[in-house]
Amino acid sequence: MTKVLMKGNEAIAEAAIKAGCRAYFCYPITPQSEVAEYMAKRMPEVDGVFLQGESEVGVGNMLFGAAATGRRVFSTSSSPGISLMQESISYMAGAQLPVVLVNIMRGGPGLGGILPAQSDYFQSVKGGGHGDYRLLVLAPSTIQEAVDLMMLSFHLADKYRNPVMMIGDGMIGQMMEPVEFPDKYEEPPLPDKPWALTGAAGRKAQVVKSLFLDPIMLEKNSWLLHEKYEQMKLNETRFELYKVNPKNEILIISYGTMARICQTAIDELEEHGISVGLFRPVSLFPFPEQQLLKAATQKGVKAVLTVEMSTAQMHEDVQRIVMGKTPTEFFGRTGGVVPSPQEVIDQVMGLLDKYPGKKKAQHSASKSKKAQGK
Amino acid sequence: MSQYEVTFAGFGGQGIMTAGQLLSYAGIAEDKQVVWIPSYGPEMRGGTAYCTVVVSKTRIGSPIISNPRCICVFNRPSFDKFEPMVKAGGLLIVNSSLINSTSDREDIRTLYVPANEMAIKAGNPKSSNIVVLGALIGASEVVKYDSIEKTIEKKLGHKKEALESNLKVLKQGYELGRKAMKKKAKV
Repeated sequence: MTKVLMKGNEAIAEAAIKAGCRAYFCYPITPQSEVAEYMAKRMPEVDGVFLQGESEVGVGNMLFGAAATGRRVFSTSSSPGISLMQESISYMAGAQLPVVLVNIMRGGPGLGGILPAQSDYFQSVKGGGHGDYRLLVLAPSTIQEAVDLMMLSFHLADKYRNPVMMIGDGMIGQMMEPVEFPDKYEEPPLPDKPWALTGAAGRKAQVVKSLFLDPIMLEKNSWLLHEKYEQMKLNETRFELYKVNPKNEILIISYGTMARICQTAIDELEEHGISVGLFRPVSLFPFPEQQLLKAATQKGVKAVLTVEMSTAQMHEDVQRIVMGKTPTEFFGRTGGVVPSPQEVIDQVMGLLDKYPGKKKAQHSASKSKKAQGK
Repeated sequence: MSQYEVTFAGFGGQGIMTAGQLLSYAGIAEDKQVVWIPSYGPEMRGGTAYCTVVVSKTRIGSPIISNPRCICVFNRPSFDKFEPMVKAGGLLIVNSSLINSTSDREDIRTLYVPANEMAIKAGNPKSSNIVVLGALIGASEVVKYDSIEKTIEKKLGHKKEALESNLKVLKQGYELGRKAMKKKAKV
């Protein structure tokens, strides 16, 4: 199929429709309102439902109701709006409902600003709402990847009967890149949905809920959810390596738009003979833990540098995973400030000074021996 | 030239975003990688609207460009804001119909294009963005003339008059850009 130039927000919307989404609920918020605009036009064309709620709280409950029918349901918002949906996200996770959400992140906390940020990592990856649950979280770094992950999100939501969230910083929503859509969307077979509420004519009535007043039943449900999250860890970790090789002196860990900025920094450093690799997690939950540990403990790597548009949120996971086997360092800008490649380069140069490593140490050692000889 | 970046800046209604998108489409037609980024953030009415396009033969890393190789400024506030940001050795294209200022920078090439006058003369006052786009391609060869011509034909094919006037000013802008570069080359 031919490539079309599309804004991230519009590409995300079209990808959802291609993946069979026929119910979209929303409340407008910058920087993702184009998704709603696009859906308002396209949904009637495909016999789908477009509904603008009275608030994000309303939207969350519309999702809950619609997801219980077994249809592919979808909503998008930005940081403060996603906060308002947390109650129903927790309910949907508890009731094991497949639903897909997109958060085009802006700076927070509070009403914050409208410029790009990655400061909803904790909210997305560590719960956000109450109770023992996880979201499957994906983070694209190009518009094509946003399209591909969007379609995958609907599949994974059905596969695990769990809410899936794709997060992108504001740039992912606002920029345009050429994208390709498959002529016909295909996905591996999925189990039926006998739990769906489709009208009880001719069968016993059934209930979808997250209320378990008997503690034993609630515990059972929580462990059932836990088991699913363990399965996700086994099957759904996704990541990309960029110029990761045995020559690396520094390993950068970064995701989303920030990872692309790091790529440019890495290319420029390479021109100056400094080898830096990039580990880009694509799934933030499950986090590609073993793969990161392997890359971070390569022989020549002097330090691991997490680069985020937040105040060291993902960095906590990096520290937990690397366990001090390699020094872990952090660089971040937030509040809507996007670091330039030069800022990343400066950080790397600073680390090379801080961690001269064996090579340089030997070098200076041999120098001093010579000096002694003289 | 593995990667080229262009910022178009002016006020709302000058076709800034469209110029960037046309360039992007021409890049796609040449099988290149492209990214188009709008000005995104709080802006004041009557202030600047701008977009940046990256055209590259290889995978594009950072979509955020602090110092583009070329900047096309369509109004005075954009001149003031963007003239210092052109990358050294780069190109500044100034819409001299609306901007009286000239650049003092000696580390860049500057091309003055009376875009509004040329557009009005050609009978389509709205096409000043296409004049500048033509000049940009003539001076930089970021994409081939054929590619941009075909892109505009595709977009405007259904509006015969608009297509004709736009192609006319595109050619005029292109010739202006090419001539200016030839002159510089001789020096």
